[in-house]
Amino acid sequence: MKINNKQGWRKRKSNIAVFLAVLSAVLVLIPLFLILFYTVQKGISSINWDFFTQMPKPVGETGGGMANALVGSGILILIGSVMGIPVGVMSGIYLSEQNKGIMPHAIRFLVEVLNGVPSIVIGIIAYITFVIPMKSFSALSGGFALGVIMIPLITRTTEEMVRLVPSTVREASLGLGIPKWKTTLFVILPAAMKGLFTGIILSIARAAGETAPLLFTALGNRFWSTNLNEPISSITVFIYDYAKAPFDDWNRQAWAASLVLIVLVTTLNIIFRFVSRKRK
Amino acid sequence: MTNNLVLSETDAKNGKKELVNRVSVKYLSAYFGENQVLKTVSMDIYDKKVLAIIGPSGCGKSTFIRCLNRMHEEVGGEYTGEIRLDDVDIKKYNSVVLRRKIGMVFQKPNPFPTMSVLDNVVAGLKLNGFKNKTKLKEIAESCLTKVALWDEVKDSLNKPGTSLSGGQQQRLCIARTIAVEPEVILMDEPASALDPKSTAKIEELIYELKKNYTIIIVTHNMQQATRVSDFTAFFYLGKLIENGKTKRLFTKPKEKQTEDYIAGRFG
Repeated sequence: MKINNKQGWRKRKSNIAVFLAVLSAVLVLIPLFLILFYTVQKGISSINWDFFTQMPKPVGETGGGMANALVGSGILILIGSVMGIPVGVMSGIYLSEQNKGIMPHAIRFLVEVLNGVPSIVIGIIAYITFVIPMKSFSALSGGFALGVIMIPLITRTTEEMVRLVPSTVREASLGLGIPKWKTTLFVILPAAMKGLFTGIILSIARAAGETAPLLFTALGNRFWSTNLNEPISSITVFIYDYAKAPFDDWNRQAWAASLVLIVLVTTLNIIFRFVSRKRK
Repeated sequence: MTNNLVLSETDAKNGKKELVNRVSVKYLSAYFGENQVLKTVSMDIYDKKVLAIIGPSGCGKSTFIRCLNRMHEEVGGEYTGEIRLDDVDIKKYNSVVLRRKIGMVFQKPNPFPTMSVLDNVVAGLKLNGFKNKTKLKEIAESCLTKVALWDEVKDSLNKPGTSLSGGQQQRLCIARTIAVEPEVILMDEPASALDPKSTAKIEELIYELKKNYTIIIVTHNMQQATRVSDFTAFFYLGKLIENGKTKRLFTKPKEKQTEDYIAGRFG
């Protein structure tokens, strides 16, 4: 009987622990569902075809859209990618191939540090290196800031993915008399391609959601612009501007833009999941 | 080369075979950092013969053959002494050029994971700028035929190389090695990851290949050494204890350690 009592107490302890764990898991999900619930509730009414195809209307008029912000975000991410992907991939290859000396360790550490630098600080760097000398806010400076944010993410995933390629494959290639650079480029890199791709998608998702570094680089623009030397709009800065405006219609459009952004980033994450699962 | 040709002609006339020295190793010591793995090994390796290298684990067998194509240096090792291929110091060769002359087959089958069967065979040629597609296909067919794999894979040339069975993959790797037309082939326990049937096929293949290539094979399996090799070298603790004709070494070993090893008293 005593033994049974003890068993019961153990079971109860176990149940309490399980209950607390499940409770925590649910608590984690609450903010996410709140975010989704509010953005859908407040934003869905403003989402229509015009919202994606029209330009912002002048103050006082209702309606209009954020076509320029969508295109602007696309251009900014493109600039960021053109800068961040080659540098990130190549530095990742360097880190995975080079082990001698203090350089790789130093670079790896610095990449970690760069990954931890708050994005607004990166915005300031872009501001003093691009905006001040050019005497103008510009798409170029915004893209530069996004590129700097993408680099450490891509470098890290590239290094890990290239390391995952078995050393026997590298040796097989070198053993055939294939030069080292061709081995890396045409044998190792293709084998790590899917991993690289997922890293790049993740970094784009991250860049797409950045606001702070764009505030004083790309600035935002209420008009259509594809000129890289001029201020350009983006979804995040659009949300920032419209959310703090004293007009109900603008506030609703900020919610709608938030919804679009969430859907966009979630889609990228789903693609990431899909691709990385396929690898197994 | 002309010398070799003259020699083989006279051989044919005399009906006996002269040994032609292909690779000569003098006072080879190999290191990994502070750790000395090979201790002043000297040896001659003969043309179109199979040399088996036997010895217990960690005796420097693999390091020895990896010195011959300078793969040892690729993983951070160093060596002193001299290795000559056709009387030219291998350090005078660019390692890329050297490895096209001295090919290598590894312990585990390692086809390139992103390439098809066909592309695997001709990878060495293709990546070095050989572009003629019909010619590449001909080479692939002849190499796959040489390794007795053509009939098994001729309908799945475009499937990934890794989709083949282990034994087929290893023969694919051998085909890939001979496609770049090396003169010497190094094999690092090429059958140790394979089942007995596949092992037998690889051994048959080695017998065929030695008509055209000089082969150096590292093996853990002494029966295999007696089956495939003309010469055998026994390594122990980084030293070359004894080498000579396989038959003689296994029947009348000169050294006590060799005798103990082949009798299975240690190892």
